[in-house]
Amino acid sequence: MAKTMAAVQAAETREEMGIVIDAQGMHYRDLNRRLREAATEGEARFRLVNVNGQRYIGTGLKGDLHLEICGVPGNDLGAFLSGPTILVRNNAQDAIGNTMDSGSIIVKGDAGDVIGYGMRGGTIFINGNVGYRVGIHMKAYRQKSPVIVIGGAAGDFLGEYMAGGVIILLGLSERNGDPLVGNYCASGMHGGEIYLRGKVDPRHISPHAKIAQTKPTQIEHIRPHIAEFCTHFGYDADKVMGEPFFRLTPVSHRPYGAKYAT
Amino acid sequence: METFRQTRRSHTRYDRGARNISGCGLAGMMSLSGERTDGRLIREAIGLLHDRSNGLGGGFAGYGIYPEWPDHFALHMMYYSLEAQEDAEKALRHNCEVAREEKIPTRPIPTIVDPPLLWRYFVRPKGDLLVERQAPSEDDFILDLVMTINRSVEGAYVFSSGKNMGTFKGVGFAEDIGEFYRVEEYQAHIWVAHGRFPTNTPGWWAGAHPFTLLDWSVVHNGEISSYGINKRYLEQFGYCCSMRTDTEVMAYLLDLLVRRHKLPVPIACRVLAAPFWRDIQQMEEPERRLHKTLRQVYAGALVNGPFAIVFAHKEGMVGLNDRIKLRPLVAARKDDLLLLASEEAAIRTMCPNPDVVWAPRGGEPVIGTLGSMEVEGEPKRRLEEASA
Amino acid sequence: MMMKERDLLLEEPQTEEAEEPLHEVRVATTPVYYPPEFRWTNDQERCARCKRCIHQCGWKALRWEGRVVADDSKCVGCHRCEAFCPERCITILPNPQAFKEHGLWSVGHRRNLWKQAETGGVLLAGMGNDLPYQVLWDHLVLDACQVTNPSIDPAREPMELRTHLGRKPEAVEVRQNGDGFELVTALEPGIELSTPIVFAAMSYGSISLPAQKSIAMAACELGTLWNTGEGGLHDEVRPFANRAIVQCASGRFGVDVDYLNSGAGVEIKIGQGAKPGIGGHLPGEKVSQDVSETRMIPVGSDALSPAPQHDIYSIEDLRQLIFAIKEATNYEKPVSVKIAAVHNVAAIASGMVRAGADILYLDGFRGGTGAAPTTIRDHFGIPIEIAIAVVDQRLRDEGIRNQASIIAAGGIRSSADVAKAITLGADAVAIGTAALMALGCTLCQKCYTGRCSWGITTQDPQLTRRLDPNVGAQRLVNLVKAWSEELEEMLGALGVNSIESLRGSRERLRGIQLDRTTLEVLGVKPAGVGA
Ligand code: SF4
Ligand code: SF4
Ligand code: SF4
Repeated sequence: MAKTMAAVQAAETREEMGIVIDAQGMHYRDLNRRLREAATEGEARFRLVNVNGQRYIGTGLKGDLHLEICGVPGNDLGAFLSGPTILVRNNAQDAIGNTMDSGSIIVKGDAGDVIGYGMRGGTIFINGNVGYRVGIHMKAYRQKSPVIVIGGAAGDFLGEYMAGGVIILLGLSERNGDPLVGNYCASGMHGGEIYLRGKVDPRHISPHAKIAQTKPTQIEHIRPHIAEFCTHFGYDADKVMGEPFFRLTPVSHRPYGAKYAT
Repeated sequence: METFRQTRRSHTRYDRGARNISGCGLAGMMSLSGERTDGRLIREAIGLLHDRSNGLGGGFAGYGIYPEWPDHFALHMMYYSLEAQEDAEKALRHNCEVAREEKIPTRPIPTIVDPPLLWRYFVRPKGDLLVERQAPSEDDFILDLVMTINRSVEGAYVFSSGKNMGTFKGVGFAEDIGEFYRVEEYQAHIWVAHGRFPTNTPGWWAGAHPFTLLDWSVVHNGEISSYGINKRYLEQFGYCCSMRTDTEVMAYLLDLLVRRHKLPVPIACRVLAAPFWRDIQQMEEPERRLHKTLRQVYAGALVNGPFAIVFAHKEGMVGLNDRIKLRPLVAARKDDLLLLASEEAAIRTMCPNPDVVWAPRGGEPVIGTLGSMEVEGEPKRRLEEASA
Repeated sequence: MMMKERDLLLEEPQTEEAEEPLHEVRVATTPVYYPPEFRWTNDQERCARCKRCIHQCGWKALRWEGRVVADDSKCVGCHRCEAFCPERCITILPNPQAFKEHGLWSVGHRRNLWKQAETGGVLLAGMGNDLPYQVLWDHLVLDACQVTNPSIDPAREPMELRTHLGRKPEAVEVRQNGDGFELVTALEPGIELSTPIVFAAMSYGSISLPAQKSIAMAACELGTLWNTGEGGLHDEVRPFANRAIVQCASGRFGVDVDYLNSGAGVEIKIGQGAKPGIGGHLPGEKVSQDVSETRMIPVGSDALSPAPQHDIYSIEDLRQLIFAIKEATNYEKPVSVKIAAVHNVAAIASGMVRAGADILYLDGFRGGTGAAPTTIRDHFGIPIEIAIAVVDQRLRDEGIRNQASIIAAGGIRSSADVAKAITLGADAVAIGTAALMALGCTLCQKCYTGRCSWGITTQDPQLTRRLDPNVGAQRLVNLVKAWSEELEEMLGALGVNSIESLRGSRERLRGIQLDRTTLEVLGVKPAGVGA
């Protein structure tokens, strides 16, 4: 059950870079409460070790904070994230960056389903593969435009209902014949852009999206995101950019506009 | 008995426990020092309140009447047939060690007609069953047994189930019921009594007051307008309202609040007759937070509508009115005696010259505790007078 | 798009064409045969020729040709022109055109069919289910005190409507502390209402800003709640946020940490009574500059709320989102979960409570909406009366009724409905349609067109500026105050002086003209059966 604050603090050590919290056996409520407290006290850098399944890490934290996570964080990592940068050294689970507003999430391994649902800003970089329904209903607003860059492949419904922002799917990992992207990609898309590197089977792409080859100006537009991805995970940006990209954009901003009788 | 059976059947379709509505008279006396007296005075007091009842129900409860059985539950039972007795006894013997069983002594009275079979048993739960069923306590075990018999053994009712206390009640005027049960032969440190005025269905024996459960006994004047929700609230905690009298919810609420939730008695009274929000708003912290919390958590336990009740338990006796005092209640003190009744005259029957007589305010309990000469709710005036 | 073409696209990079125009609404592709629904007439003798009616009509049904001329096919019968005619010389009649009567094919069925034959579109409707299903409220009657217990005069004696929403423990722990008592139990955060009537969720976007502001101001003045709906929080209504439930629905419009923390509580919207199981769709026409800012999406784009919340495919996912919100709000806000009342509502509600919901918001099949496919609006879900009864009973059976409050909505028309809902077991009710009617709505059901003449369900500044929030708020305050006073009257007649003594007290209800099964489901006895 709930730990006392003393017990939670006892699991802490201080390093030069900031606080190290041993999350072994700790309930997420205690862990996150401690993070919020420490952040209020002015701590800005955290390393969480032995994380295993604790949910909502980063939720409710604000501002320029850095969290490094060793272990597999639980679902809803960085839900409603508003500012902090989270680096996950292992794989991550489902619902990363749910309704995220700003900040950055970097995952060294693979990640699960429903990444960046309703995301409005910030960046998510996944080195490996991702599951189903990634980037659903992402939207852009004024200067905010969310970005998801995926190093590997993606499951079905990538960018469903997409209303804004950018999804970049690189397909760098070995896929054993699996397609770059699953079925129904961009279904219901009515805003934003999806960039797919390499060959795409058009049967996987929803009729709600137009497919076109990327023009040089557009490539330049996404270059900074790919460059950042490559810095995080040690790729050669020029090599990655060397392959052709296809670009998906919505057929209409109003995919259901003509559905109704008036 | 036919009438009773028919009524019961015709209601079961909609409600396991439809209820009787009644007006009433009530009286209670307690020796704060624990000195015991016989049942004559209380019988006279309730007899004086004759006109508040209509002969369709009366009863008494005495505490301290079975000093030779301090650790056994005294189960008073009513049977409407021999089969009922057989079934109920089977349940009893299956669950309990029965140390003694006997007919409850009565004397024939012309006005008391058609009594059911009346028996009493001194029992303790069987140890292995206690463990097997993981009952939190012997009390909970017995409570469960009482509910089961009352609900499912047709024609059998447990009407008293406390330790070293007992209830005697039935259809008739209270003073006649007292005669019938020979209350003058028992010695008790707390007596409560009730004369009933049910307005619709014919009175029936188990529906008379006091209404008891384990050590709790309640006598009640008025109608609980919130019965519907109190009943449904209690059902969540396994209490089954099967006696067709709104008074039983009082007994169950007290059992829930004081015995199971361990609320102090004065706090439980604050739940039953909660202060108005306006008054809570004016309280100082932390009292305000306490009352706010109580009202929010125990909304379903607020007893609304007109009531005056006297309830007793092994540690004392309490008188309580509804929040806006729609039913009468008078209290008095004389030495170590605490007296409560619907009318002052009844008090004067028990004690001609009390030191102080007062009318408690709505929602403010009078609480007498065994071994303490301080009575909560007693006006300070008396002490001032004494010191002056 | 054909496969072939798409393959080609891959091979031959194309330059992008300009974006198509945004408006794509189905119009008749074949001739319109059926007659208009209404007939607009005015008394030429009395007409002052002031043309006010022409300006008032949001649907542009009237024009000036030396006198006012109506295009009946555009008139939706909203009565705005009539209300603002200085001579009150306008009469709007149902079109008296007679069709051969038919027991099966109502004129409504015929009209809908013709409309679809002409356009090929899905029928849309606004407001709530208008089919003549039995209204259970009208088959329930309340008890009153006679002789055996006194009624109470609310004008002279205290009456309490105060209600607390939120999770409560089963028991309170109190310790004796010297002479006094010390409270050990700490309640989780809840919401205090001065009256058990709150305003239903209506987003800015589906309704106009002045309409939402009217409701927000009224909620603050009344000490009750309003609900942002899934439309974010506009700056104009931010000052009233302390009395708002901020909604988080599948579109996540305007949802960020600040938003979640700005209200009195947070609501996860799973479903809505008017359209169980389907998402929302704010047409691009209604996404004005202001709406776009509040929802944080571009101007003119459709605001789609997906049918499910894509992070909730199952009950444990609901728990995950509930606690994500609790983490984001530092466990300081109660979380409500709103669902449409459907067949299995009792079990679902139990799961919701166990998933951590502090408030259950049940929306019956009569609930209103800005726009819903007519088939869904009219044929899905169950009456709120039934939903309250089965949910309340189920939670009691499981001993978890104290763990969540129930807000019931969907077809509450009067204080009597409120009283009956509470007696069946609701903690509070929400009013949506009734609130809009207080603002002038006449139930023409054309909200989805965005042309509301009353300035309620439109974003056209010409129309919205008609609604003065100060006046609107006053009308809402009047309504809720009047209903509250009537509730007090009813409590008095029932002989109780506190709303919690009525809540769930089904013994005080009786059913008339209801079949046995319905009575059993409602947990109510038939009239004629006494205590
Ligand atoms: S204002 Fe309303 S009622 Fe009047 S003509 Fe226009 S649509 Fe018809
Ligand atoms: S508002 Fe009335 S008076 Fe004025 S033009 Fe129209 S019908 Fe005539
Ligand atoms: S809100 Fe306006 S459009 Fe909708 S029903 Fe009411 S009057 Fe008609």
